[in-house]
Amino acid sequence: MQRGRFAHIIDPLPIYTMWLREMKRFLRVKARVVGSLLMPFFFLAFLGLPMSFMPTREIPGMPPGANFLDFVAPGIVGMTLLFAGTMSGTSVLWDKEFGFLKEVLVAPVSRFSIILGRSLGGMTTAIIQALIIVAIAAAMGVTLSSPSGLLLSLVFMILTCATFTGLGLIIATKLGNIEGFMAIMNLIIFPIFLLSGAFFPVQAMPSWLRYMMCLNPLTYGVDGLRGTLVNMAAFPLWLDFTVLLVFFAASTTLGAYFFAKMEAD
Amino acid sequence: MSNAIEVEGLTKEFDGVVAVDHVSFSISQGEVFGFLGPNGAGKTTTIKMLCTILNPSSGSARVCGYDIVKEKDKVRECIGIVFQDPTIDTFLTGRENLDFHARMYRLDKKTREKRITEVLELLDLKGQENKKIGDCSGGTQRRFEVARGFLNRPQVLFLDEPTLGLDVWARRSLWQYIKRINEQEGTTIILTTHYIEEADYLCHRVAIIDQGRIVAMDMPQELKRATGLNLISLQIAQEGTDNVVALLRQLRWVRHLEVKDNTLKLTTDNAEERIAELIDFIDSHKIAVSSIKLHQPPLEDAFLHFTGKAIREEEGSLQELFRAWMIRSRGRR
Repeated sequence: MQRGRFAHIIDPLPIYTMWLREMKRFLRVKARVVGSLLMPFFFLAFLGLPMSFMPTREIPGMPPGANFLDFVAPGIVGMTLLFAGTMSGTSVLWDKEFGFLKEVLVAPVSRFSIILGRSLGGMTTAIIQALIIVAIAAAMGVTLSSPSGLLLSLVFMILTCATFTGLGLIIATKLGNIEGFMAIMNLIIFPIFLLSGAFFPVQAMPSWLRYMMCLNPLTYGVDGLRGTLVNMAAFPLWLDFTVLLVFFAASTTLGAYFFAKMEAD
Repeated sequence: MSNAIEVEGLTKEFDGVVAVDHVSFSISQGEVFGFLGPNGAGKTTTIKMLCTILNPSSGSARVCGYDIVKEKDKVRECIGIVFQDPTIDTFLTGRENLDFHARMYRLDKKTREKRITEVLELLDLKGQENKKIGDCSGGTQRRFEVARGFLNRPQVLFLDEPTLGLDVWARRSLWQYIKRINEQEGTTIILTTHYIEEADYLCHRVAIIDQGRIVAMDMPQELKRATGLNLISLQIAQEGTDNVVALLRQLRWVRHLEVKDNTLKLTTDNAEERIAELIDFIDSHKIAVSSIKLHQPPLEDAFLHFTGKAIREEEGSLQELFRAWMIRSRGRR
């Protein structure tokens, strides 16, 4: 084969094939799509909406007269990305050990490309889910900032989702069995979700809580989404973007590294 | 290149547990070669190393002339595999599964269509290819997996416990297809099984593997002969077998005697010579016999002979079960 080393690792054909396969599976299993949308929908409809009927008060970080539903919607979008991303990352490993990915790995193509294609497929489905949540939120009366803001929010969606896909891969490679998975999910994913500022503004918190939130990648994802979707960001967008980019680079590199290490034998 | 596979001192250790212990053998092209052994004997680990998804701890192996460690991609191009656990995508149709697999081998659309039609015909799967795999029967799912393994026209096809969990009918029918692939296409087939009759029926040569070592390797009939035992069955034409049994018990070379209705089964060594003696004996005692047959012992006896134990899973000692479990859980990571 005359292809270079790089071309050998990043191989478009298997990446595309794996991505296409993920898309087909996603569209085929409608019940799963609906199921994954239910939880964010409930949060929007039964938490965000009722809260917006509460008497408005001055809360630091929320513009006066702001609707709570507007505030919470980007948080729910972030939650969707967190759960779908982590699931996609861990399922890459399960599929490799027990599922159809195992069979693909005996084909004479770059393994990294296969994994990359599979992850990109998972990310695409996660982002489609997130966009559906945005649409539902808009239907519930959330006022979206602008079309350009919506486009810009895609950048934050991709970064957030990729960060947690990497995290999912790290958890899966380090954990190695399914039994402990739910426990780990509760132990890691829920604190990340609840301490991301999805339901309350960072500015209103005491400093110890604020520090914890600042260490959380999802905080920047949610804030970035809030800035782009409804114009209510706590931090400047460039800061959200930069910090998220660092988290993204770290988690995907580490995830790929652990995966490659586990691969050796 | 006359040998499809050459293996020299292949060894795999998982944290001190030796799963495969200095195994050496070669398999010629067009052969159907079987690994027979209980669970945890090291069959699957050997297959995994040969198809490049597991690196050996020591030793070497060549598949289609390529080194399994240094020339992984070359090996991958010339093999196909059907894993022990189902790895077919139940959400997709049979055709989609085959099509995705073919794409991984960089086949263009026209070639893909052609190959898929070919394998569907080879395994009589025509008419089922547009059904979702999840809606197909277990036997059909397995046949699609074999079809997929054969899609890239491999020179060597690995089948890891191909009929595990199938009912008798599905098992027998799959045997026919495996035979067909070998005979029509000349594909070398390496299979692992813990079904004795599967090894006996399909394989040109069988390696009996136990505790990571090959304890015997030969053609099934030679393995049976090596036990040194044969079976002679006698059909008695007269009423009542009791006195005949009593008479036959006097013969010192009769190792074992089994009675069922009018048929007596004698186990003996050196049966060709004994049969002449037996005829004399029958004659002198005026026993009316309607037929005498000489049988080979079942392969199960050969297995027992070489490993000192029966192959049934529940017969394994606790220590062996533990070992099998260790290897399975380690091998997964």
